[in-house]
Amino acid sequence: MAPFYRFGLFGDDTSLLFAFIIGIGFGFFLERAGFGSSTKLAAQFYGRDLTVFKVMFTAIITAMLGLFWLGWAGIVDLSLVNILPTFLMPQLVGGLIFGVGFVMGGYCPGTSCVAAVTGKMDGWVHLIGMMAGILLFGELFPTLETFYASSSMGQTTLDGVLGVSYGTAVFSIVVLALAGFYLAEKIEQRFSSATASS
Amino acid sequence: MNPYLAGIGLGLVLLAAYVVMGRGIGASGAFTSVVAAGVQTVAPAHAQASAFYKEYLPANTNPFKDWLVFEVAGVIVGGLISGMLAGRVKRTIDRGPNTTDSRRLVFAVVGGAIMGFGSKLARGCTSGQALTGGAVLSVGSWVFMLAVFASAYAVAYFVRRQWN
Repeated sequence: MAPFYRFGLFGDDTSLLFAFIIGIGFGFFLERAGFGSSTKLAAQFYGRDLTVFKVMFTAIITAMLGLFWLGWAGIVDLSLVNILPTFLMPQLVGGLIFGVGFVMGGYCPGTSCVAAVTGKMDGWVHLIGMMAGILLFGELFPTLETFYASSSMGQTTLDGVLGVSYGTAVFSIVVLALAGFYLAEKIEQRFSSATASS
Repeated sequence: MNPYLAGIGLGLVLLAAYVVMGRGIGASGAFTSVVAAGVQTVAPAHAQASAFYKEYLPANTNPFKDWLVFEVAGVIVGGLISGMLAGRVKRTIDRGPNTTDSRRLVFAVVGGAIMGFGSKLARGCTSGQALTGGAVLSVGSWVFMLAVFASAYAVAYFVRRQWN
């Protein structure tokens, strides 16, 4: 039965070994996707290369379907899987701020690690900036604390909010993602033919 | 690599984290451990007085003996392995054709700082919120992800000379 850690199959020290192994896989596929390059990542926001969208949503539906099926088959006890709690307003505002940083800096935290280790100086500088931003948040935390803890909704999921079954929500997201991939391919085609003819 | 294949690879890694650990992946949290440990070294009383830093400073163990810190160490190794296999490890500054190296670095550090701040407010980043929470249908994670894309698209026009 899984999750193995929650069933006590191994302890905290061993979990760090798994963290390292899982991280290797994560970093490997981030680099394979081309995410060690800020120009590739930023191209997402100018319509010429929608790799960020394609990779993110393929990853989400892969993991989402995997959990759904493993739960349905009784292999993973989904009640023991951590669901991130929702704090609606801080997450909305945090996301809006994050997006500004993303298009300015060209990386997100994970991809800047991959960029830095493959020799990108802008990746190193981005990491330093990120830690400065975290420090600033830490120093301002007494002021921000009330907002940070506001609009707490606990473990709220899309199926719960929409009043549909877990399976319906999973299926709908897969359909939306597939429609999104079709549109993404169309947008890229249009962009490349527009640049070819100009 | 084909983006859909890379996405399936990332998705299986995320799924493995859920199956093995019952939790997802992350990135910004590891750097918060680094920042908290730094504050603890420079100003221990200040760090211990802060509810924010204390969360990343366990009482009896090293702050680096943390799941996300080990995971991000793996990310660095995995990124290096993939980059070396593809012959992509090279000292360079990745920038658009119409900007200068120094301007690119200024944008990288400022963008990084804004992103670091935002990731703390949102309790995670593209890995720890968007992918991890997205896969388990967390409402806050989906709101975060849509907000990231919305604001990046809204601001893209104003920084277009960095990239085009």
